[in-house]
Order: sequence, then structure tokens, then C-alpha cells
Amino acid sequence: MTQAEAKSTESAEAFEPRIVAFVCNWCTYAGADLTGTSRIQYAANVRIIKLPCTGRIDPLFILKAFEGGADAVLVSGCHPGDCHYTSGNYHARRRWTLLRNLLAFTGIDPRRLFFSWVSAAEGQKFADLINDITGTVRDAGPFDPTNPARRQPWT
Amino acid sequence: MARVGVFICHCGENIGRTVDCPAVTEAAARLPGVVESVDYKYMCSDPGQQMIKDAIKEKKLSGVVVAACSPRMHEPTFRRAAAEAGLNPFLLEMANLREHCSWVHEDRGEATAKAIDLVRIMVEKVKRNAKLHPIRVPVEPTALVIGGGIAGIQAALDIADGGKKVVLVERSPSLGGHMARLSETFPTLDCSQCILTPRMVEVAAHPNVTIMTYAEVAKVDGFVGNFEVTIRQKARYVDPATCTGCGTCYQKCPSKKIPSEFDAGLANRTAIYTPFPQAVPNKPVIDAQHCLMLTEGKCGVCAKVCPTGAINFEDTDREVTVKVGAIVVATGFELWDHSAYGEYGAGKIEDVIDGFQFERLASAGGPTGGEIRRPSDGKIPKTVVFIQCCGSRDEKRGVPYCSKICCMYTAKHAILYRHKVHDGRAIVFYMDVRAGGKGYDEFVRRAIEADGAEYVRGRVSRVYRRADGKLIVRGADTLAGQAVTIEADLVVLADAIVPRTGGNELAQMLGIAYDTNGFYSEAHPKLRPVETATAGVFLAGACQSPKDIPDSVAQASAAAAKALGLFSQPELEREPIVARVNEEMCVHCRACIKACPYGAIEDYDIKDRKGNVVRTVARVNEGVCQGCGTCVAVCRSGSIDLDGFTDEQILVQIATLE
Amino acid sequence: MTTIGYYPGCSLHGTGRELDMSIKALAEVAGVELKEIEDWNCCGASAAHNLNHDLAVALPYRNLALAEEQGLSEILAPCAACFSRMKGTTVRLARSAELVEKMRGITEREFKGTVRILSIIEFAGRLLDEGLAEKLTSPLDGLKVAPYYGCLLARGEEIVEGYDAEQPNGMDAALRAAGCEIVPWNFAVECCGGGFSMSMTDAVVDLSNAILTDAEQAGAEAIVTGCPMCHSNLDMRQRTINEAGLGPHDLPIVYLSEILGLAAGIEPERLGLDRHFVDAMRVVERSA
Repeated sequence: MTQAEAKSTESAEAFEPRIVAFVCNWCTYAGADLTGTSRIQYAANVRIIKLPCTGRIDPLFILKAFEGGADAVLVSGCHPGDCHYTSGNYHARRRWTLLRNLLAFTGIDPRRLFFSWVSAAEGQKFADLINDITGTVRDAGPFDPTNPARRQPWT
Repeated sequence: MARVGVFICHCGENIGRTVDCPAVTEAAARLPGVVESVDYKYMCSDPGQQMIKDAIKEKKLSGVVVAACSPRMHEPTFRRAAAEAGLNPFLLEMANLREHCSWVHEDRGEATAKAIDLVRIMVEKVKRNAKLHPIRVPVEPTALVIGGGIAGIQAALDIADGGKKVVLVERSPSLGGHMARLSETFPTLDCSQCILTPRMVEVAAHPNVTIMTYAEVAKVDGFVGNFEVTIRQKARYVDPATCTGCGTCYQKCPSKKIPSEFDAGLANRTAIYTPFPQAVPNKPVIDAQHCLMLTEGKCGVCAKVCPTGAINFEDTDREVTVKVGAIVVATGFELWDHSAYGEYGAGKIEDVIDGFQFERLASAGGPTGGEIRRPSDGKIPKTVVFIQCCGSRDEKRGVPYCSKICCMYTAKHAILYRHKVHDGRAIVFYMDVRAGGKGYDEFVRRAIEADGAEYVRGRVSRVYRRADGKLIVRGADTLAGQAVTIEADLVVLADAIVPRTGGNELAQMLGIAYDTNGFYSEAHPKLRPVETATAGVFLAGACQSPKDIPDSVAQASAAAAKALGLFSQPELEREPIVARVNEEMCVHCRACIKACPYGAIEDYDIKDRKGNVVRTVARVNEGVCQGCGTCVAVCRSGSIDLDGFTDEQILVQIATLE
Repeated sequence: MTTIGYYPGCSLHGTGRELDMSIKALAEVAGVELKEIEDWNCCGASAAHNLNHDLAVALPYRNLALAEEQGLSEILAPCAACFSRMKGTTVRLARSAELVEKMRGITEREFKGTVRILSIIEFAGRLLDEGLAEKLTSPLDGLKVAPYYGCLLARGEEIVEGYDAEQPNGMDAALRAAGCEIVPWNFAVECCGGGFSMSMTDAVVDLSNAILTDAEQAGAEAIVTGCPMCHSNLDMRQRTINEAGLGPHDLPIVYLSEILGLAAGIEPERLGLDRHFVDAMRVVERSA
């Protein structure tokens, strides 16, 4: 085994997925705050980008996140009917349905894009969600296995 | 060139224990554009804020990142400090190192790496922040109060006495709520009606209050200071303007066998009715489901006997729209349905009754004139068993919480019963007696010591009706360590307090949160117990958690104070997070206009000097825009952007994570 | 032809012989084959779960594994105690892979969890669905019965499915199909004294007396049960209760399967109705 091979096996074992989460300010960001105030532990693989509403999410943001090396992207907002802005989450959901087809077309496994509703009261759900995604993506492996740079965990 | 200052808070040990704050400080110092990077034990303290202010002035900072707790906690604090130092407050951002990092991760290495990332993305964002200025919106100085029980009445009175207008909406035909149904109140044994009805009359007569009974909120639009609420006035079939409240109609109505909601089914009412004699307004309504005229098209006796011709069978539901600046939600509670408890007869044994039924039996205005007579045969029960915690503190089949008021009202019931039936036995089964409150424990002691209520600590395992009509109550006396069997004549269940049916739909209309039990969520469990997460919507009474009368009244007054505080300013300052159209790029596809949930985007004609329309574009009404950004995501030409969350600001955050 | 595995347990070879006989006769009429698990062992009821938790799971585990090996996917355990132990074991095994592993070690047998345990009540429902309903040609003429569940056919949230533990109604459909009238009564889930029949007969006398009394007051002409233990306490001890100066009682205690068998026109002797302590043959006259 060459040194390079040894290194690549090692980094494959140590693969820690990078997850970018786009969350709305009113429900999921507050829900993640509640996870914190409740001291519920979850995987440190996620980086949250706060938006006013999931309706603000341009599909480009998701594609850019994958381009930038995310192994998974999470979009999470208010439950249907509970949107702080009445209907932004419905826009997000519709857009997400279409985007999944586009992702497959561009060669990104649509299963790497996660969508969830986490309310401001669901601290435990947020932790479970992040742990589930981290576990799933850890099993699935890095987003682009041909690019060793993308095997690195968050630095 | 950007000059960013980064301030890293240890939050005592809260952040510092898990995140290596000095390492984050060092890493931040190396980021391009960062000219100041310091850490400190408590950034929100006066010296901490002073550090930020000094640095803004001395280092001529163009942007600030405070890496501390959640922005939901202290963003206003730090933005105020920045403003005091002369920096536009919207040039300050927070990285959430506490709730989103140190409190949720254990590994110091991982947490520190994440903390550095969170700081990096905020540094890059703040470099692209623009100076923003708060938007001022007018306030409509009228309050909507939803619910006409004691909490709603109190809130309406306080706001009205403060000189502001109130619209009080009540679902049932009369004000009064549950309090009107109570016999006497703990711990003073005041007659409930005697203290409540003057309030009902006062609020109805108040020049600043508009009362809408038999009405429901149908739709809520707008935002703090500027709500637009649609209220559905259900068809009353009686014109309140002409009706004199003489009562001839309900004396003559032939449909007399409808169980009275007010009397908890212990008495009947007619199809045209006022729920109780002291009802406010004292004008009857017709229950369309039971009226012979409205169901079968024959009868019409009420119309024939009405001396003023107030009956109108053609009446329909109407919708009324009101503009209000604040909303007080006081929708109250109802009792948990004890039919889930098969061991207590599943709601099928007539003489197993709930607390409200006992109140009606004990009430001088009730179906028995205040004599305790059991429903099945009208006999005076000689042994009454009261079972507390029926549904409360039962995670599996009932509700997980303590309903708070049952210990007190059960003690009251036992006292009232003993006052009325001197040779009767009042036996109370309890889990714990929770009598926290002024004069409350003394009241329970009085029930036991002065009035001879027999308290048995333990649960009842079964209640059944023996062939001779006796109710057999079997339970445990856990202090004596014995099984007990009691032959009772009446069993009173202290059912759990649950929120009103339909409460979730109302919450969705109002955009407020509710907890897993359906109680409305306050903005902060300790420091903001009256506000909700939606600005301008306040809570009062048992819709927020089980409460007794004084607590409901206190919270109602607090909600009123919040509404009056809001009305004391002619204009509100609002965060300037609004969308903006680049009119030069807009192709007027109208996608944003269709997507906007607020109707905040309108067509705008660009004209030449002669007034000819050159081009039509979309334009955002700042006063109406709420800043959700849905329009930005649908804009095909990239002509709209959202202040505070521009494409550039978001994309740079994503790029920073590479 | 539907095949259902059969686990008689000790009772059905002893005090509960009528239950064994009536079930077999009924299955035959319904056209369902009952296949007894070969080499079955004790279910562990009464004692094992109080003494040794591993043993209490290992005993049913072995029976379940045998059933699986013998290609059975459903097992009828007519005795309520056997049913509770066996179904309880499947519930516990489904919850813990660790426990499965341990049991595999102890019994040296494989159990994948493909076997479902049926109670006598579920079995009756199955037979009615399989065509027994049309064969109930001699329904009882409005015989007033008090359906008695006791503890094991009502308790255990994940074990007893389909009806409420406090107000059970699982037998109602079958009893009505057999032409019975169900009387509302209060003691359907009270304790009969259970396993104390021999060791604390006094307790059984008191408890069973209360059950009999309430059923009589409710106007029942018979108590219907699905449990051999309840049956022996209520039937066999009725004389002892009367001798103790309580009662006097004279109430037939019949199995659900006997009632259905009568309605299906099976001779009472084949159902074991002539083997009861309290004369049960009088209910035969009520069948058309």
C-alpha cells in the first residue's frame, strides 16, 4: 500500500459530512435555539445559514452549496400553515419539488437534499434531524468521491 | 476597504467551556478585513459593550461581528450599543456560538472549528451589509380582544379605561365565559355571578367598547399596529336593535328539550334562548340546528309573539372587517373529556359528573336552585366522592401537566357540599394537594378541619354503578396502605383543563405558536409571559396555561398594559428588512406580485416629462412589505433584492463555507 | 384450507379440557386446520416471570422458534396466560436485538420474529371471517351473558390489541353473532383470584364471589370467559363460595368457544359442556 493509498483509506474512514442548512428565522432557527437551551447534543457537522423565510431560498443557493463542497443540504422552515409570512414555506416546498428533478439532471443525488419542518417548539426534532442526516450522509459517503479535497471534514 | 471588529464572548463558562475562545479570536484576527479581534468574559455586560463602542470609535470600524449567544437574545442590545457609538446598527451581526454551538456539542475541537466557521461567515456577510434605517409605520389605536370570559372582559375594560377603543369578540351568545357558571369562588367563597355580572354590564356599557357576541374571528391579516381582522357575525335571527329582551319568545318556544350548554347538560333550554338570565347582551339568539322554523319550515311562534317584530328568519352570517393595532387572545379553556377513563364509567354513568356540573348544582341560579341533587333521580346524595387529577398528570391517557386549579375547586366543592348537606360525607381522593396561592392552603385546611372533608391520598381504580343505584368507588388509601371501597351517591371528577377546541386554527390565523398540549406559547416563559412570538398579539387567561380567576385577571391587565404601551406611540419603528426593486432591470413579468403574500408589490408606471407611460415596473410598498423574500427567489431577472438578506450576502456565506 | 398453529399449554390438557375440545370442534366446523407445535414446552406462566426473567422469555422463545421452524406463521394460544406470555415475548423480542441474541444463546435456536400469537378472542374473529359466521345455524335465543375478560385478556397495552382495557368489547361481535344478548355489567376486568386458587383459596372466594354477584345482579344467565384459570375459579369454586355462606350462586361459566360451538350446532358433549361443575347444559336448551 502506498502512502497515498493509506491516506485515502484513512480519510475515507474519517469521513465527516459537511451539511449546509438553510433555515428560516422564525421556526427552525428558533427551534435550533431551543435545542441549545435544552442542551440537547447533536452532530457538529452542520452550518446554519439564516434567512427570513424558506421562501427566500433561491435554488441557486442550494446548487452553490453543493458546488462549494457540501455533502448534503437541509432546507427547514415552519410547518405548513404556520409560516410567519403566511405562505413562504409553501413556495419553498413547491420549488423544492421541482429542484429535486433538476438536481438529478445535474448529477447530484437528490437524496442529498433534505427538507423538513421544525417549529420553534421542536428542539428535540432539530437534534434528531441533524443526527439522522449526518448518519445517512456518513453512510452514503462524500458528495464527490473523485475530488479528494471534498473528503475533508469541516476545518 | 472593510474594517471589521470581531468580539468573542465566553458567556462566563457557557461558551468558553466547550469553545476555545482565544483560538477563535486568533483565527478571526487573521481574516481579511478584520482589524480588531478580542474575547471577553461577558460581552453583554457594560464593560463588554463599552469595548465594542470604544473599538468602533478608535478603530473606525465599518462592521461588527459579536460572536456570543443567539441573536434572538442580545442582537437588540448590541445593535443599540453600536448605534450609540455612531455605527449604523444594521452593520452589526451576531454569530451564534452558544445555542447553536457550545450548548449542543461536547467535543472541544469540533465546537471550536464550528465556531470559527460561524464567525467567518458573519465577517464576510457584515462586509456586505448596507446601512439601513428603521421604517416607521402608523399604529391603529384599537384593540381586538378575542374571548368574553373574565380575562377578555378585564383586558377590554383596562384598555377602554386607558382611553383606547376595543372590539370584544365572543363566540357564544353572551359574555361571561366559565366564570358566569361558577357558584362561589375560592378561597373567599364570593358569589361568582355577584362579582362578575357588574363587570359584564360595565364593559357592555363602556363607550370605548364594541361588543360582538355570537361571533368568531375568521381571518387575520396585517401586522403589529395594522392588523385587519375579519369577524364572522353568526346569524342571530333576532335583531338586537329592536329586541327589548322581554323574554316572551323563549317562554313560548315549543322546542324545550335542548341540553343547556350553560348548565352543562343538567337542564334544558329552548331553541330561541339566552344562555342565562344575566346574559350580556340580554337578547336571545335562535339555535338554527334546533329551531323548527329553520329546520322544518313550520312553527314561527316566536315571531308571532314578539311584540317588536325583532325575529328575522332570513338572517344570515355576516362578515365584518375591523382595523386594529393589537390583539389580546383570551379564548380560555374547556374540560378534558373523561370518557377516555373507562374505569370511571367512560362518561356513561349519570351520577359521575364533572366540576362544572357540580358548580351548576351548587349555584343558586342553577337547575336545582342550589340544592345538591344528583342527576339520575334528583335525590340529595349522602356520600359524595371527589376524584382529583382526572386526566391531569397522566401522560398515557390524559395530559402530562397539572391543571393547577382542581385542588382548590375540589376543596371548595367539598366545603359547599358540607354547608348544604350537613349529614353528608365529602370524600376527596387526591395525588398531592397543590394549594400554592394567597390563602389557598388555609382554605384546604379549612375544608378538612372546619368542614370535615375526608381527604384520602390515593387513586381511584374503578367507579361502577351497582344494581341498587349506589356508585361503588374502589381505590387505594396509600397513607394507610389499604384498599378502600366506598358506597357513594355522587362522584365528581376534577377533569383536566385543556385549551378550547379550535384553538389551533385560531393560532394559525394569528401566526402564534402553541405547545404540544395546545396552550398558546408566550414569547418567553419568564420574562415575556404575556407577549407572543408575533408582535402585537398578547395572551390573557387560561388559553396560555391553566389559571384561576386572579391569575387570569392579572394576566389580562398585563396584556392590556402591553396593548396600551403599543398605542402610546403614534408610529412604530420596524426593522427595515424589506424588498427593493431595481427598476432599471425589472422586466415587469409580475411574478413577484403574484408571489407576495402581503400584496405589498404593485405596478408602477414610469413616465416621461410629458406624463406618458414609458414603462411599467414592480414597486414594493415599504409599509406593507414584511421582508420574507419570497419575491426575490421568484424574480427571473434578478431585479429584486432583500435588504439585510441580499443575494450577495447569502452567496458569500455559502462560498465562505467551502 | 387455512392452517393455524396450536399451542394448548398445560391447562388445556388439564382443567381446561372443555376449552381444548370446543376449540378443536369449532375449527373443524369452520374448516380451519389446527396444527399443534411439535415438542412444545411450558410457556412459563404463573411462576417464571417472578423468579427468573431470562427463563420467562426463554421458555416462550423456544416455542416460538419451534413454530417458526415448523412453518407456522400464526399460533393460537387459547389459554389467556399462555397468550399473554407468548405475545409478550414477541413484543419484547421485537424491541431488543440484544434480547434476541441472548435467547438464541440460551435455547440454541433461531427465531426471526415471523410468528404472530392469537388470543381466543382474535381466533374467534378469524373463524367468523373464514366462514363460521354463515355456519351459525343454531343461534342462542337471546341468552343473556356477561362477557368476562379478567386480567390477561384485557391488560398489557401492546399485548391485547383492538379494545379498551377498562371497557373491553372484544367478545361482543362473536357473542352477538351467536345470538347472545350482552348485559352491561361492572366486573368484566376484575380479578378472579387467578393463581391463588390453591394457595389462598379465601381470597379467590371473595373475589370470585363479587364477580358472580355483579353478573347475577346485571341479569346474566351465564358468564362467558376465555381463560381456563378464570373458568376454574368461577366454576369450580362456586360451591366453595356457597359453602362459605356467600351467594348462593348458580351461574354457568362457559367458554367463548363453547358458545360459538353451540350456535354452530355442535353436540354439547363434543364441546365439553357436560364436564362443568356448575351445570352448563341448561344453556344448550337456549340454542335453536
